[in-house]
Amino acid sequence: MKMPGLDLEFSALHAPVPIWHAQVTSQEWQLAAHSVRERGGRLLALWAGPAIEVIVNGTITTRAGEVFVAYVVLEGVFWLALPLETANGLPHYPDLAAVFPVAARMQRAAADLSGIHAAGFQDQRPWLNHGAWAKEDYPLLHNPQALPTPVPGALVDYPFVRVEGDGVHEIAVGPVHAGIIEPGHFRFSVVGEKILRLEQRLGYTHKGTEQRMTQMAPLDAHRLAGRVSGDSTVAYAWAYCMALEGATQTTIPPRAAWLRALLLERERIANHLGDLGALGNDAAFAFALAQFSRLREDWLRNAKAAFGHRLMMDCIAPGGVAVDLDGAQIGPMLRLCDAVEREVRRLGDIFEAHAGLQDRFLTTGRVTPALAAQLGLTGLAGRASSQAWDVRCDHPFVPYTDLHVAMAIHQSGDVAARVAVRFEEVYESLRLIRRMLLDLPGGPVRCDIALGQQPARGAGWVEGWRGEIFVALELAGPEQGHRILRCHLHDPSWQNWPVLEHAVMGNIVADFPLINKSFNLSYSGQDL
Amino acid sequence: MIWKVVRQIAKGGIRSEPAPDIGAAAQAETSRIQKELLEILGQALTIREVDAGSCNGCELEINALGNPYYNLEGLGIRFVASPRHADLLLVTGPVSRNMEMALKRTYDATPEPRLVVAVGDCACDGGMFGESYATRGRVAHVIPVDVVVSGCPPEPVEILRGILTAVRRRIQSGPQRLAPGAQPDNGA
Repeated sequence: MKMPGLDLEFSALHAPVPIWHAQVTSQEWQLAAHSVRERGGRLLALWAGPAIEVIVNGTITTRAGEVFVAYVVLEGVFWLALPLETANGLPHYPDLAAVFPVAARMQRAAADLSGIHAAGFQDQRPWLNHGAWAKEDYPLLHNPQALPTPVPGALVDYPFVRVEGDGVHEIAVGPVHAGIIEPGHFRFSVVGEKILRLEQRLGYTHKGTEQRMTQMAPLDAHRLAGRVSGDSTVAYAWAYCMALEGATQTTIPPRAAWLRALLLERERIANHLGDLGALGNDAAFAFALAQFSRLREDWLRNAKAAFGHRLMMDCIAPGGVAVDLDGAQIGPMLRLCDAVEREVRRLGDIFEAHAGLQDRFLTTGRVTPALAAQLGLTGLAGRASSQAWDVRCDHPFVPYTDLHVAMAIHQSGDVAARVAVRFEEVYESLRLIRRMLLDLPGGPVRCDIALGQQPARGAGWVEGWRGEIFVALELAGPEQGHRILRCHLHDPSWQNWPVLEHAVMGNIVADFPLINKSFNLSYSGQDL
Repeated sequence: MIWKVVRQIAKGGIRSEPAPDIGAAAQAETSRIQKELLEILGQALTIREVDAGSCNGCELEINALGNPYYNLEGLGIRFVASPRHADLLLVTGPVSRNMEMALKRTYDATPEPRLVVAVGDCACDGGMFGESYATRGRVAHVIPVDVVVSGCPPEPVEILRGILTAVRRRIQSGPQRLAPGAQPDNGA
């Protein structure tokens, strides 16, 4: 397989979705970026490869051997690996942020965790390292079997960009927020009540997930993957398992694939119900929160009854699923789908007819399709700004091949559009769940996984409720106990957080919570 | 439009009373907790939630406490926006080193009785993340903890029980708490 615009043969990875891999030269690395950009493709993820040992001046040192980037084009995902060169002791690679602005924070994170640097990239500020560990100490280069004792440092001030001008003042918010949400810092530069600029500082929930991953057994690590972002536990566990199954050339039984999709669509509805209530509430319509949170509770209790866990954690496991659906659960689940659909449609009518609510939603926090394309806005927020990408529709695999998912798409890119996409996705996922409940194939729900005789790589790509979750996995061979050399877990929030900075410009400060909630991005997912 | 809202409210009914779709045991448990809380407190309890590094799973379940089934405000429990207004901190996550200072400052800003409930396996013992270059592990390594609620994430009713246990224990034993680093017993 060749990537458009690049004369280089890629090898296909074993996966239900089209993913190809190839090693590139520095020139091809840059050529590929421009080619993808010109053809309307997107940068999915950028991360550093596993640590390797090299001899410098007669002593053995550890450094990252490669830098990786994954692009999404119409044909699927292309995973490019660039071996790193060293200059002045620092491994470096050509900057991609000039072509894809979305790469900026990923490059900063790779510098913090693996000590690799993008040559020509302006922003040298650390991203995940707030000073808690030494700047020259790169956690992903540590030997996972003999981790050094942490030497904690003092947290350092962050050089926010200052906006100068008559009457400009700053509002600092966080990391501890007023609501029951995750921690992060927002620095607003405002005039009166109008937001001139927002700068985010994230990384507060950085808990060394990717280093921890290298200490996990590959057949057990799906549990940690399922805790990267608790609201997307199903999507992450599936993406990890897809990567592991790819690396081990495993094909899961059909019933397992159907049950995974059932869990994923359930997770989408659970989150959309929560968000729709919270969005109403942030526009001072408390009725919506009461109604939608009641529906969400019904939904979670049903998940507990059917699968043993309200958020369905650890339900997806390597080789299939760890739970089966009892036939006796199908009737109640179908009835709940009907009840939820009836009520959500009624609440949707109320949202539509509520002038005060629409006044808050319409034109608020607008991201134009052109800006969305430029910045790589993805997932449900992308679909609210004409970015018509959805893995379930673009590259359907079992069971989506049989289900024909209808993509929810809007053009206006405001809070109202992100609300509308959520309503439509609730209806569509309810339809999918009903179909799956009626057509669920029989047979086993799990198969064994045989770890191979060679080092192997695999990738997983799943459309979670927020957007696409991507997992890239590299396993060692049997001589190293099949250990995880590197597992990168990519959240769509990497793409969408920077767009939020643009979405709030020119809006009033009081609309920030509403705009923020309409994206509902993950902190833990991007902080890792 | 307003009639649609009124009709929807009327149709929904009052869900915080015994509802048909809650198991009998769970319902009895909720009622008992509600009664005890009122007996012990006799006044409103204000809570400040602090995510000190969690995956957001615990936050989802803490948020669920606010839905009509659990009738939290009806019990006299409120989540407040500032630690300065709070009686109790509900802390989640393995405490990340990037959040350690913010958690300590939040604790310092909280007036007495300054109860602390650590919610979730990560807050209890570091969970799957443990201690590392990036995390301090359990909440008790950073601030004194009254009660821990295990679970990944614990269900809302367990969190409610943990809150009640913290209040009850303080009233019974006076202001004695575990020093940072000590091993709290499981109050849940």
